[in-house]
Amino acid sequence: MESYVNDIAFIIGTTLMYSTPLVYAAVGGVITERSGIINIGLEGMMYFGAFVGAAVAYFTGDPWMGFLCAGLAGASLGLLHAIATVSFSAEQIVSGIAINFLGVGFALFISRLVFDGATQTLTVPNKIPLPLDFLFGEGKLFVSAGFMDLVFNRFATVYLAFLLVFVAWFVLYKTSLGMRLRAVGEHPEAADSLGISVFKIRYGAVIASGFLAGLGGAAMSIAVVSRFSNTLISGHGFIALAAMIFGKWKPQGALLACLIFGGAKGLEIFMGAKGVPIPSSLLATLPYILTIVILVGWVGRSQPPASIGKIFDKGEN
Amino acid sequence: MTSVDFTHKAVEMIDVVKKFGDFTANDRISLTVHRGEVHALLGENGAGKTTLMNCLYGLYRPTEGSIRVNGQEVVISDPNVAIGHGIGMVHQHFKLVEPFTVAENIVLGLEPTKALGLLDLAEAQRQVAEISERYGLAVDPQARIEDISVGSQQRVEILKALYRGAEILILDEPTAVLTPREIKELITIIDNLTSEGKSIIIITHKLHEIKQVADYCTIIRRGKFIDRVEVDKVSEHELAAKMVGRDVSFSVTKNKVVRGDRALAIEQLVVRDNRSIAAVDRLDLELYHSEILGIAGVDGNGQSELVEALMGLRPVESGKVLLKEQDITNHTPRRMISDHRVCSIHEDRQKRGLVLEFDVAENLILETYGRAPFSHRGVLDHGEIYRFGDQCAENFDIRPRTTTQQAKALSGGNQQKVIIAREVSNNPDILIASQPTRGLDVGAIEYVHQALLEQRDKGKAVLLISFELDEIINVADRIAVIFEGRIIGIVDGAEADENRIGLLMAGGTA
Repeated sequence: MESYVNDIAFIIGTTLMYSTPLVYAAVGGVITERSGIINIGLEGMMYFGAFVGAAVAYFTGDPWMGFLCAGLAGASLGLLHAIATVSFSAEQIVSGIAINFLGVGFALFISRLVFDGATQTLTVPNKIPLPLDFLFGEGKLFVSAGFMDLVFNRFATVYLAFLLVFVAWFVLYKTSLGMRLRAVGEHPEAADSLGISVFKIRYGAVIASGFLAGLGGAAMSIAVVSRFSNTLISGHGFIALAAMIFGKWKPQGALLACLIFGGAKGLEIFMGAKGVPIPSSLLATLPYILTIVILVGWVGRSQPPASIGKIFDKGEN
Repeated sequence: MTSVDFTHKAVEMIDVVKKFGDFTANDRISLTVHRGEVHALLGENGAGKTTLMNCLYGLYRPTEGSIRVNGQEVVISDPNVAIGHGIGMVHQHFKLVEPFTVAENIVLGLEPTKALGLLDLAEAQRQVAEISERYGLAVDPQARIEDISVGSQQRVEILKALYRGAEILILDEPTAVLTPREIKELITIIDNLTSEGKSIIIITHKLHEIKQVADYCTIIRRGKFIDRVEVDKVSEHELAAKMVGRDVSFSVTKNKVVRGDRALAIEQLVVRDNRSIAAVDRLDLELYHSEILGIAGVDGNGQSELVEALMGLRPVESGKVLLKEQDITNHTPRRMISDHRVCSIHEDRQKRGLVLEFDVAENLILETYGRAPFSHRGVLDHGEIYRFGDQCAENFDIRPRTTTQQAKALSGGNQQKVIIAREVSNNPDILIASQPTRGLDVGAIEYVHQALLEQRDKGKAVLLISFELDEIINVADRIAVIFEGRIIGIVDGAEADENRIGLLMAGGTA
């Protein structure tokens, strides 16, 4: 009995851990797509963020500095995407593809320069801390390796992700800024005619999405693991994109979707650890297969913002 | 008229020029509107009316000329500045965020907030209710835009301007989408507004509306100022002549033609719309050769679904469509066009009528490309295609005459000519025309009506669907009124009475 409880706790814990990077990127996706700009560059932004986060954390020894710089790295790619799509009305999918190549390219290029030709960083001295760690262990509130420990003794990035979802929801639905952002995504001409700057809102939203995707990358490289490697971010950005769509372009929906994808990963690791007689490479495909199944089953039914992907031409002025 | 304050000039636009590259959309146009005045801005499509008003509202910046508001010279660099000067604009295509509520749309950009930018929607709803009551603009602040009628959406647009303290209100083609009853309501609203000292500029090409509501009228043609007239002192005919630049005939002259054999019979037809509601509900109708049958009705009573079903674009759930004695229910669009010779001028010419990216000649052979002389063994013969295109351009007066340019570059009237040329050249037995004059100006409307009558005179059966009752009464030989998917009355065109049909259109019994 005890072992079943711990098994479940283990699955929940790994689910939380692996969902977190997706949550950052997916919420970023929600923000930019709600403003009307598609960002399939989330993958490249996460990739670059994962590298910069690990590299900065390695050299400074400060994981938080790494985390912040990862966000800025993602934001810089977001800025590029915004320049292309908002200022120059570039096709958003094409720009997003370019961002994906750029993110990978920048990361590997700088990595080879800085880490002696290696496409991975060295192990960071300090990972993102476990803020609740003091509650667990001998003579503490909870025993170590018990249910509470396995579920709740998580990296700070996990808790921040949940906070982020709440903040994003609050800003989008409860503030005037959020209402303007959603209006821009639904009907930019309407917003423009009321004196709302579609340009500023979209720039802000795309850069914010880059920042969050960068944080998502770092949540992988300096929390879930302790270094960046060239296969660390392999499709996470696309899964986050799928989660955003599955979550109907809402932060809370995206969170739920990320938890489902994270759950698939948790299950995969659990089954691998238990020696379930399924080849591990097959198990590893589980989250991806789930992505396809969910997208095929759900995309048709969720309603994207009305002006998404369309070029907004303010007219000659 | 009583409310006009001639001592106070609300808006003066002086010698305004607006150029887009080499094209001069407005060429030294002047406009003066007094406080409490309803001023009509009249001109054909593409004359530059909306461009001029976009300059006043700050969406465009005039290349030359000056604008004065309440006697003060101003530079209106963007809509915020216009709003600051008390100028509001209701665009022809509403700029409303569909999933948002009425109140959210009205306060957007100028939201009442509490600390931290937190939205105060209760306050928004209270303010909206207050102005809506003051000017008699009934709306439900909590309803979503996608759930309310077009007339209500227009009221929301007006409220948006009033919420921002508009004293000068620009209405761009305000009646284009309204039912006769909604038009009456709008006129009442306009009266309420002018009696409160607001000035109103109406952009329109509908003459009887100008006569009904406007005090003064400025007429522009091809970007140039033509005249400024006091509406009471001119006739509709004079206005039309000034607008078009030549004499126009309103009344359609119809030859007497004897009705022919039955061409099409529709029996107990049921067609579902996209929400699977029976939009056409056990409809019966007969169509004869040498006859124009008009279908009158308010938008959304099953007209679109009926046409789509007749053209094979939407499945018929039950009932029959009989061509002579042959059952053609649910045949494919290709068979309808090629085998049964049923052709259609669709209501949305840009969506269904044309491939906008194709050139004019290509659009002209969309139904016949697969046959000689336009193709041989699957290879297109471009020589023939462009020869045919040029011939159509000549015969149907498509301007410009060059058929190698994209259909989207043409004006609405000329796009419609391309469609008519295509359908008529295909020599149909039955021609279905849905809203064929929507958005067209007087000259083009005249052309379309003549084309339909010609087809009738040649013995074709013509089905005309329109929301414009005037059009139906002028053109049709027989008028069927559609309401909630059924024909609830058929009236002879010669004896048609506008009031009686109007009543039927609203679902009443006449």
